[in-house]
This record gives sequence, C-alpha cells and structure tokens, in this order.
Amino acid sequence: MTDIFPKPELDRRTLLRRAAAVGLLATPAVGMLSACVGSSDEDTPEQATGTKSADNPLGIDPKSGVEIVIFNGGLGTDYATKVDTPLFNKKWPDAKITYSQTEEISTVIQPRINAGNPPDMINNSGSKLMDFGAIVKAGQAADLTDLFAAPSLDIQGKTVADTLVPGAIEQGSYDGKPFAVNYSYTVFGLWYNAALFKKNSWTPPTTWAEFTALCDKMKAAGVVPFGYAGANASYYMVRAIMTSAAKIGTEQVLKDIDNLKEGAWTNDAIKQAAEAWAGIGKNYINKTFLGLRHTEVQLQQNQDKVGFYPCGSWLENEQAKDTPKGFEYAIAAYPSVTASDKLPATAINAAAGEIYFAAAKGKNPQGGKEYLRTMLSKEAALEFTKLTKSLTVVAGAADGQTISPGLTSANDAVTKAGKDIFMGYLFDTWYKKLDDESRAAANDLMFKDYDAAKFCERMEKASQAVAKDSSVTKFTRS
Amino acid sequence: MRHGKYPFIIGFLVVPVALYVTFVVWAYIQAFYLSVYEWSGLGPVENFVGLGNFRKMWDDTTFWQSIKHNIFLLVFLPIITVVLALIFAFLLNVGGGHKGGVTRGVWGSKVYRIIFFFPQLLALAIVAVIFGRVFGPDKSGMINGLFPDSWQPWLFLADERYAMGCILVVLVWQAVGFYVVLFSAGMGNIPTEVYEAAAIDGASRMTLFFRITIPLLWNTVQVAWVYLGIAAFDAFALVNIMTVDRGGPDGATSVLSLMIYRNAFEFSQAGYASALGVVLFFLTLTFAWVTLSATRRESVEA
Repeated sequence: MTDIFPKPELDRRTLLRRAAAVGLLATPAVGMLSACVGSSDEDTPEQATGTKSADNPLGIDPKSGVEIVIFNGGLGTDYATKVDTPLFNKKWPDAKITYSQTEEISTVIQPRINAGNPPDMINNSGSKLMDFGAIVKAGQAADLTDLFAAPSLDIQGKTVADTLVPGAIEQGSYDGKPFAVNYSYTVFGLWYNAALFKKNSWTPPTTWAEFTALCDKMKAAGVVPFGYAGANASYYMVRAIMTSAAKIGTEQVLKDIDNLKEGAWTNDAIKQAAEAWAGIGKNYINKTFLGLRHTEVQLQQNQDKVGFYPCGSWLENEQAKDTPKGFEYAIAAYPSVTASDKLPATAINAAAGEIYFAAAKGKNPQGGKEYLRTMLSKEAALEFTKLTKSLTVVAGAADGQTISPGLTSANDAVTKAGKDIFMGYLFDTWYKKLDDESRAAANDLMFKDYDAAKFCERMEKASQAVAKDSSVTKFTRS
Repeated sequence: MRHGKYPFIIGFLVVPVALYVTFVVWAYIQAFYLSVYEWSGLGPVENFVGLGNFRKMWDDTTFWQSIKHNIFLLVFLPIITVVLALIFAFLLNVGGGHKGGVTRGVWGSKVYRIIFFFPQLLALAIVAVIFGRVFGPDKSGMINGLFPDSWQPWLFLADERYAMGCILVVLVWQAVGFYVVLFSAGMGNIPTEVYEAAAIDGASRMTLFFRITIPLLWNTVQVAWVYLGIAAFDAFALVNIMTVDRGGPDGATSVLSLMIYRNAFEFSQAGYASALGVVLFFLTLTFAWVTLSATRRESVEA
C-alpha cells in the first residue's frame, strides 16, 4: 500500500558502507578551522579613531566600545574585571568595555580572526594559546610602537617604555617591532620549602658540588632531591638546562639557539649543562616522575617529599590551595655549573610572559592599545600583583609590599642578580615544533639515557630541520 | 498513493543533508584544497606547494611512527575486542546449556550484561582520566598500589615499551561491552531449534559456538570489525589525555589523529595537517573496502 520505502530493509552491506562513511567523521576536519577559507582578504573593517592630544596620546575615539577577551587560567580574571576595566572607564566613561573570558583562546579567537572580526584586545595564553609568531606574520597583531612611546598613565614624565623592566618590550618584539605586551614578570629558579631547609639546616647551593652534596643529604633524609613532571611539564626542565647553559656561556648561547644558528646546540656550554643535569637525573630524580603531571609533583613537594623543583614564580599561586600551613616557598638561583661560568651564581633568568595584544584588524585597535596602557599603569600593576601574586613588567610597582613569602623571595632574587638578569630564550614560542622536540629530548636526558651528547645532537638536527623548513616563519633576535 | 512522496522524503532529508554537507562534505573538500597549500592556519591561503606537504610527510619520522601505532591498533583492537565480545556474548546467551527446551546463558547473565555495558556509558575523556590513574606510575596508581611494596613500580605509560599496550587495553575495555550487546542481539535472532537440533546430535558447547553461532553471526561480526577498525584510526582522545607529553614518551604513542591536531592547532601547520587528514581519509576508506571485500562470503540465511 504505502510504497514510501519500496525496499523496506536496509541491507547490512549498505549499512556497513554507511557506517564506514560515518566513521570517517573521526578524521578531524581541519577544513573547519576557518569558517570560510579563501575569503580572508585584506579588507579591514572601518576602524574607530579620535583626535590625538596630550590627554589622548593614542588618539582613541572616546565613544567607541572596546572588546576584550581574557584567558581564564592561573591568574584568574579579577584583575581585568575589578581593576583594569574600572580604571579604563574612569578615564573614558563613554567607551563601553565588552568583556568575555575563555579557557581556550585559540578555539574562540582563531575563527574570529579568520572571519575578519577579532576582538580589540586579546590575552593570548594558556595551553590553547595561538602561535603568536604566526599571528604577527599574518599581520593580525597591531604594531605597538605608539603605545610604548606614549606617556605612562600615572607615572609622570615617563613614557610607557621607560616604566618597564629591561627586556620586557624585546620579549614581545618580532624582527625589532613590538607587537605584544608581555605583562607578568616571571622569575625562574629552583623552588624549595624554606621551612624544611631551616629545620634541616640546609642552605641553597651556589656551586654544582654544593648542589650534589645537598642532594646526597636530602636523599639520606628520605627526600627526593630534585624532580619535575615528565608527563606534561618537561619544558620546566628544558628551561633549567638552558639557564645553566646561559650561566656557563652567557645569554649569547641562547640567542644563537633562537636564531637557529648552526652548531648552536652542540656548543660547549649546552653540552656541559646537559651533562651536569644528566648527572642529577641519573642519581637524584624519582623515575616515576616521568609519568606524573605537574600538579602531582608539586603536591609531593608540598608534602616535603621533593626538595628542589624547577619552576617559575607562578608556582606559589598555583599551589595556594594545596600548600600546607608552615610551607614557605622560596627560590634559589641555579648553582654555577663550572668554576669558569661567565655569569655569577646569583644570575637569574627572569622573563616577561602572558601575551596581551591589540588586534590589527579589529574595530578599535587604538582602544585596545589604550586598554593595554591602562594595564601598564602603576596602579593597575600593583593591584594585579596583589590579586595574582605575580610580579608585572612595570618596574618596582610592587616594591615595599609584603604579599607572600614566595613573591618576596623572587623579588630578592631579582635584586641580588642586579644586572645579571637575562630574558632567556624564545625558540619555544617561535618554533613550537622545536619546543616539542626539546621536551622529549629533556625527558630522555633526565629519565632514560643520561646521554648529553645525544641530547645536543638531536636538538641540533631538529633545529637545522626547522631552519631549512620554508613553511615555518623565521624570526631573529640580537 | 505516490502523491506527496517527494515532499515527504525531502522534508525529512533536507536538514540532515544540509548539516552533513556543511560539516562533513564541505570540510573534506576544504581539507583536500588546503593540503596542497602551505598555510599556517591564519590569514590568506596563497602559498601553493602542490605535493610538497606529502613529500614532507614522507620524510617525517613522527608520521611513520604514528602510522605504525595506528596499524598496531588496527590489528589488535578488532581481533581482541571481537574475540572477547563473542566469548562473553556466547556465555551470556547460550553458555548455560539448555533446560526444558530453552537455551540460556550462564548463571547471573542478566546482571553481567548490564555490567558489561557500563563502560559504554562513560565519556571517553572520563575513561582516559580514570585509566590515567589506574596506570599511575607510582604507588598512587591503582595497579602499582596493588603490587607488594617491595616491587619497583611499573611505569606503564611512562615506559615506551608498554605505553601503546596500555592504550590498547583501555580501548578494548571500553569497546567490549557494546559488542557484547550487539552480538547478543545477533544471537537472539538465531532460532533455538538450530541449537536444539545440534544438541540432540550431541554437539558440545565448543561445536555449537564454532559451527552454529559464528557462521550465523558472520554479518554482525563483519560490522563490528569495520567499526573497530575505524576506532583504531582515531584513538585521539585517549592518547591526548592519557599519555606522557601527549604522544610520548618520545613519540611512543603518537597516532595520526593526534598529529593532525597538533600540526593544525599547535604547530601552525594547517596545510600539512590537512595533508595528513587526506592520508587518513584514504587509509580509512582503503581499510573499509579491504575488510568488506575480504570478508565477503555467502551468509547463511537464518
């Protein structure tokens, strides 16, 4: 009667074939990456501008709204909603701030950039951050030269650039032009529990011999002397190796690596550093850490089961919930590897981090920059430090404040290092693939074969492969 | 009653077809298009490289490593899952022998059936997190916690020799329940007279299984095989969440889907990722075609 389905049964073979077709869905559809590939022409929407004046150095339109997107991670978002936005609106009451936050920056922002409709100010951070080098190369980040040349919002007689710590602008510069504000200032080193050290009358080492001697003592006391999480935080170890290398042969060693110079990874300084650390891996690390995540190892340190942990100054805030009473975070500079290290034992690696940038092709790039200028005011910086227990690139904004033991210790380390602070390396953000290789190589070095020569050769090979790969955008620094 | 047939069918199909075309077909066409470009994933697509991405793939050791791991899964995932599921399904349905003219499963089979299906109810991401703890490399890991204290902890995922095996175990664990149900349904369709007749002729349980159940279930097994093969080409979620350094240690668990994801969204190599996607597309098609033609045989009509 009803012949809507003339062949009522779907035979199994057809079903199978269809099942196979559906299964192909499992292939991630990279094509979906951009809403419409090919329409990304050079058209820029109409952008809001105003008249430049002493009071409005960036020439923003006081009535145009600014859209900002903040990464919701370890730093939270309170600093944006409770500090920066009110501060911005105090000066520009008619400019409406449209705020949103996300834990996955690239998921939210990348399609909008490709559709030609990016937010004005973006906090590019977190594990899903966008490859910033690629963004710069694609012309999607606004040139911030005028921002850094503008007068500071609340430090009289100084430009924004004048108020920042050395190296802060360089960190966000690509081929000499600034495109990003790296806002938070991170001090790297060996973290330990000052209370535990006091109890055992241990003192942070300054030479490698002291370091291994202390490690022996810790081992005898049933504490794993050194550890990092191989499963997802091996780049902490990469930084430790690189820092030691820079102390042996100055920051030039790292600059050569960033510039993909031939032989940069087989340099003596890298070799010595890798060898020294391999020795630590061989004798003092817990082998199971290779399979652990950063929070698991950090928790073990909070339980006084791990002595030294290589990390940046975000650690204290990250562990705030798990840190027991009486645990006092403190940081020690990496000990000298050899007696002939070119940098002193107090030298530290401290770098600006957390990228904030204004979208070049947004509706109100100048407004985005003005928001950045607000963040770089002394008032906003101090509040940021109070809220996040993280220093900022605004020099001395948190001086004289007692906020937490770890932060005080980090501040002290910066003071002690004086002029011997180096920014570190950028290859990990410039060349993600090389970053990936270095993580695997560091894990091998510390957990598996302790073979420094292999480490160097492997990285040299990977670095030269990147240098020859025309599909990778290259950057240089000096 | 042909009147109104087409509007009726079209009314049903237009939405799913539109969705399918937009999100699957169109995405595939774009992936093919992008695979011949060097594109970072941002900005205009303009740098045509022809087969350059495929040449690069040929020289990429991670690619070959990933293919190797996918093939490992492709070989073992279907075979282990299907064998286990068949055994369980047989025990649940026929294994108890027959009394009073009714074949039945082993004692408590109704309860087992529900328990077997449980893993299917968990999201894969949750399964991955749970098994991350099961395979924990120190005493806090479930399996290591069961070992005597004097034993050195097994590293599981942190040991490149076993890491891929761990992934396989989880995939099998997760899949078996579903196929038990699928095969049970298939066995329910086998007329009991066939079993009875065989039993009267003195067939043992083994004979019943191999001579009656399997041949009459062949079509269902074939479906299962293709499904599982396709699952073996994926495995993204587990590898991404469970493994050391995502795909490690040192590439020991890298699979194609993970490579695609990382190249597209982390290494800014969307063109290369598309090329990998194209390769995966053809691999999956080839697999489905080979399986279907290799297992083609006259099915015994029940």
